[in-house]
Amino acid sequence: MSDLSSTPETRTGSIRLTLADVVPTVPRPLVDLVGLLAAVVWFAVAAAALGWEDVGDWPRTQTFAVAAGLIAAGILVVSLAGRWLGGVSRRLDRAGLWLIVLGLFFTLWQLASAKLGWVPLPFFPPPQALLEVYLDDFPRLGESILASVKLQLWGYSIGAVAGFLLGASIGWSQRAAYWVHPVLRFIGPLPAGAWLPIAFFAFPSSWSAGIFLIALATGFPVTVLTWSGILSVNPAYYDVARTLGARSRFLMLKVAIPAALPHVFVGLFMALGTSFSVLVVAELLGVKAGLGFYMQAAQGWGDYANLYAALLVLALLCSGAVSLLFAARDRFLSWQKDIVTW
Amino acid sequence: MVSASIQTAEAPRVTGASLDIDGVSHGFELDGAVLEVLDDVSLHVAPGEFVALLGPSGCGKSTLLRLIAGLEPPTRGRLSEAGRPIEGPDPSRVVVFQDPTLFPWRTVRRNVAVGPEAQGTLKSSQGRIDETLALVGLSKFAKAYPHQLSGGMAQRVALARALVNDPDVLILDEPLGKLDSLTRITMQAELVSLWRREGFTAILVTHDVEEALFLANRVVVFSDRPARVKADIPVDLPYPRHRGDPRLAELRRQVLGLLGLDADW
Repeated sequence: MSDLSSTPETRTGSIRLTLADVVPTVPRPLVDLVGLLAAVVWFAVAAAALGWEDVGDWPRTQTFAVAAGLIAAGILVVSLAGRWLGGVSRRLDRAGLWLIVLGLFFTLWQLASAKLGWVPLPFFPPPQALLEVYLDDFPRLGESILASVKLQLWGYSIGAVAGFLLGASIGWSQRAAYWVHPVLRFIGPLPAGAWLPIAFFAFPSSWSAGIFLIALATGFPVTVLTWSGILSVNPAYYDVARTLGARSRFLMLKVAIPAALPHVFVGLFMALGTSFSVLVVAELLGVKAGLGFYMQAAQGWGDYANLYAALLVLALLCSGAVSLLFAARDRFLSWQKDIVTW
Repeated sequence: MVSASIQTAEAPRVTGASLDIDGVSHGFELDGAVLEVLDDVSLHVAPGEFVALLGPSGCGKSTLLRLIAGLEPPTRGRLSEAGRPIEGPDPSRVVVFQDPTLFPWRTVRRNVAVGPEAQGTLKSSQGRIDETLALVGLSKFAKAYPHQLSGGMAQRVALARALVNDPDVLILDEPLGKLDSLTRITMQAELVSLWRREGFTAILVTHDVEEALFLANRVVVFSDRPARVKADIPVDLPYPRHRGDPRLAELRRQVLGLLGLDADW
C-alpha cells in the first residue's frame, strides 16, 4: 500500500494520486475467494505429481510435489489471513488469477509429460526434470550464468560508451560527422553476426571476439540515437543559454547532452535487444562458456531439461536487464512528463 | 531616422545601459534570393527607458531583437550598448522569448541558476537566485520541474532566469503573447513594477497596442517588411498607469491609425 502511493510523489515531487488514495479503504473480505481457488489449484499440481506413476525416471518428482504443496499452503494462509497481512495479501490480489492459470498449466504439463506421455519424450520433459537441473546441476549452470553476464556487461558497456561518445561527437562537430557518417552508414546496418567468422580468428580469444561483437551490436543504435538526439535539440535552448553567458563547453555538456538523453535511452534500449541476440549466437557458435554454450552442449547430449532450464534463466536475465535499464532511466529522466513504465 | 525625444519619466534607480542602433539593415538568404527584413533602422534608447516596438506581424521586429541580443550580426549598420559595439551575446543583455524555453531537465531553481552557472559565479549567486525567485513569487516552486508549471508560472521563471543576471538591457520578445488575458494583465503590472524597481533598460516587442502603451515610455511603430521606423511616439503618462485613462485611448487610436487599422475604429 505505502509503496504504491508514495513512490511517484517522492520521485518527481508532483502530486499524483493513486487509486488507493482516492477510494476509501474497504475492510478486506474474511476469505479471499480467488486466493482460495489458487491454493486449490496448486494442491492439484502437487497431487498430479504424486497421484500417478512416472512414465520415466525422474528422481525429483517428490521434491517437486513438496514444493508445489508448500506454495499451495502459502497461498492458503495468505488468503485466509489476508485481513491481518496487509501488503502481502494485496500483492496476492493482483497475482491471484495468474497463480490459478500457472497452477493449471503445471498440472497439465505434469500429466501430459510425466504421467500420460502425451508429448514425445525426451523432447518435452516434465517440470520436475527442470527442478532437477536447478538443484543438481547448479554449479555448472551458475558458472554459465556468470560467464554470460560478464560477457554481456563488458560488451554492452564498451559499446554503449563508445556509441555515446561517437554519436555526441558527430552530432556536435561537422568535421567528425564528415569522417564518421559514411563509415557508419556502410558498416552500421551490417548485422553483427556477419562478423562472427572473422571475429573468431581475428581476435586472440573467443571471449574477446564475443565482446567485440556485442559492443558492435550495441554501438550502432546508441550512436545513431545519440546523434539524432543532439541534432533534434530545440535551437532556442542554445539561444537562451548563449544570451545567459554560456560558452560551447556549457552548450555541449549542459544543454545538448541532457536534451538528447531521452533519445540516448531509446538507443540503449534497442541496443539491449540486439546485443542479447548477438550474445546468444556468439555463445552458441564459438564462445566456450555461458548460457548459449550450455544450451548448445545440452542439446548435443540430448539433455533437453537442461536446455529448457537454461532458456528460462536466460529469459529472466534479459527481462531483468531491461528492468534495470528502465530503473536507471527513471532516475535520470525523472523530469520527463510521460514515461512508459516497464 | 534618429529619434530625439526621450521620455524617461521617473525610473527610480537607473542601472540600465543606453542602446544605439545606427543604420541597421538585415536580410536572410532564402532559396538563393535575399529576403530583406530590416531597412536602415536607427533607434536610440536612453538608459532605463522602456521602449515598445510595434508593427505588422512578420515585419522583422524579432530579428531586430536577435541583433540587439548579439545572437546574429547585422548585414549592415552598427549596434552598440553603452557605447561599446555589440559583437556577441552577453549576460548584460538577456532575452525573454515568447516561449518560456525552460530547460525541462532542470528544476525551477536550477533553471534560474543557468546564468550564474554558465558565467562561473554559481557559488556567490545562491542568495541572489533565491531573492529573484521570491521576486517573481515562485519560492515555493523552486523544486518543481517545468512540466508541472502553468504557462504564466513558466514565463515568470523565464523572467527570473533573465533578471538574476542583473541585466542592463532586458529584451522582451512577446513574452506575454501566449498567456491567457487575465494572466497577461497581471503580468503586465508585474513587469512595470519590476522595471521601476530594478531600473534596467527594456525593449519589448509586442502585437498588443494596449500592452505597449500601458508599459512603455516610447512606442516605436514599424512599417511592413522590410521594417523601417514609421513613427516614434512618446507615452508621457506617469506610472502606475490606469487602463481607463482617456489619454491612453487617444494614443491607441493614433497608433492603430499608423498600423492601418483606423477604419475599424
